Amino acid sequence: MSMTIIEKILARGAGLEEAHAGDVVVCDVDMTVLIDLQFATLWKDPTRIADPDRLAVIMDHAVPAPTIGDADGGVRARAFVRRFGIERFFDVGRHGICHQVIAENGLARPGEILTCTDSHTCAAGAYNNAARGLGPIEVYSIMCTGKTWFQVAPTIRYELLGAKPEVVSGKDIFLHIAGTYGDATNHNLELGGPGLASVPMNDRRTIATQGAEVSADFTTFPADEICLDFLQERIGERPEPVEADLGAAYAAVRQVDLSELTPWVARPGKVADNALPVSQLERRRVDQCFIGSCANGQIEDMRVAAEMLRGRRVAPGVRLIVTPASQAVYAQAVREGCVETLVDAGAIVTNSTCGACFGYHMGLLGAGEVCITASTRNFKGRMGSPDAEIYMASPRTVAAAAIAGEIIDPREVLG
Amino acid sequence: MKDVIEGRAWVFGDSVDTDNMYPGFAMKLSLQEAATHVFYNLRPGWTGEVAAGDIVVAGRNFGVGSSRPVAQLFLELGVVALVAEEFNSLFLRNSINFGLPAVTIPAAATTIADASTVRLDIPGATIEPAGGGARLMGTPLPEFVLDILAQGGLLPKLAADGYLPVAGAGR
Ligand code: SF4
Repeated sequence: MSMTIIEKILARGAGLEEAHAGDVVVCDVDMTVLIDLQFATLWKDPTRIADPDRLAVIMDHAVPAPTIGDADGGVRARAFVRRFGIERFFDVGRHGICHQVIAENGLARPGEILTCTDSHTCAAGAYNNAARGLGPIEVYSIMCTGKTWFQVAPTIRYELLGAKPEVVSGKDIFLHIAGTYGDATNHNLELGGPGLASVPMNDRRTIATQGAEVSADFTTFPADEICLDFLQERIGERPEPVEADLGAAYAAVRQVDLSELTPWVARPGKVADNALPVSQLERRRVDQCFIGSCANGQIEDMRVAAEMLRGRRVAPGVRLIVTPASQAVYAQAVREGCVETLVDAGAIVTNSTCGACFGYHMGLLGAGEVCITASTRNFKGRMGSPDAEIYMASPRTVAAAAIAGEIIDPREVLG
Repeated sequence: MKDVIEGRAWVFGDSVDTDNMYPGFAMKLSLQEAATHVFYNLRPGWTGEVAAGDIVVAGRNFGVGSSRPVAQLFLELGVVALVAEEFNSLFLRNSINFGLPAVTIPAAATTIADASTVRLDIPGATIEPAGGGARLMGTPLPEFVLDILAQGGLLPKLAADGYLPVAGAGR
């Protein structure tokens, strides 16, 4: 029987010929990622682990440590890495947001299964991988046993048509999908179709990352030549892609004509059924603008921010915070002059960490403030006070707001 | 885990997210302190009203959001089970792995009266008013998931299998 991409990958992981929606499968996990938060709370050194070569440890959410608890977590992480000989250790200095580090180092490969505590682990679906967040206890269990279970969910297919205009990014495609079709709770998303060729890898990763915001289980892309080129540069080989079968069963097939899309924005609170084209939003002044996170702290996002701010300035009374997603992105942004352009324009370029995205240790919002963010979540209270409002848009639209002091269609700034 | 429990139900709406239950600022606090902030914004003061043995009932897409261990806070507050019309799958697994039953029962949030006492059959996936009334039927959890719950969550299971130095570590 025909299978979707995710059904094929899970079947392979379970050593089965086939897997279909509704089946419960027990899979070998190819790569498991532990993050700093895992060591800061709940941690107990295990007596043994399944395989140090299928494990990576990435320091990302709260680095350099903002609290003693986080610092103690770092101590435990380093001791664990030494004790078990974990080679893939991305300590402070080599760090970055885990989903960025996973991508840069080719830890997520086509046809494989990757798990991590963090809910945005679905990001690696951009690389034709079955990746998802599973919570700290389950990831700990996978570290010990090398396995976990999945209930195969039905898949919704997005068939991309046409070519994406330059001004439209992965964020806009995602916001259009979330705003138009709403939640996909207990479903997988699969994107593909002829329009995919116009969507570069960074945009695919933004979309895959944000599958979490529509509550999807897995979000997966096929591995086309663009994807295989990306992976070859990082892992030195061209892995075997997993394609959906003709006639695979989908819960729904929805077409998105990329050529008709414009910049989109989500209103505060959530993205599902809560987004619209920026041109239709009433004008809204902003206090803080944030470009960063696992979704949009990539080098391409740094370039867009710099391109928008070159020769312009952050509006008086507005804070623009830019956070490269990893040390590697940071270094590249410095080499390309993005950092200089941004700082000259009045932006703040921070260390690579989750930071402002989850309201933990920097860039928090006060009561009554309005923020527009290119990060992943606009939940009430996500970035600080529950009495702040968080809009969400692409880095280009966020940069435009920083320049204008209010939310506007970036094409007006480019004008 | 008791199969059938009676307790007071606290009823919430659709798409209650994790940041509403475990806000970012609370991640810097001890479990006891963090637990005082559950639903801090949706229902201020709730953590002063909830008591040991209570059940949280929610609507669709319950627990959308991050993997932060919300279940630990519910356990800290004495909540013994979660019921929702639909769970985010990460949130559901996260709860079960901490030993907190999470049962999917359609129409639960729209039918159950807030602060009423209900009878919940966890393996049977049914809920009804304790004083009598219509019984709502849900989807039973797979047998091996009920086993995880019976053992008190994944950590006790790992301890029993010799992966942890001390049995029952980390609650
Ligand atoms: S950047 Fe934000 S969404 Fe991404 S992993 Fe960090 S906290 Fe989570």
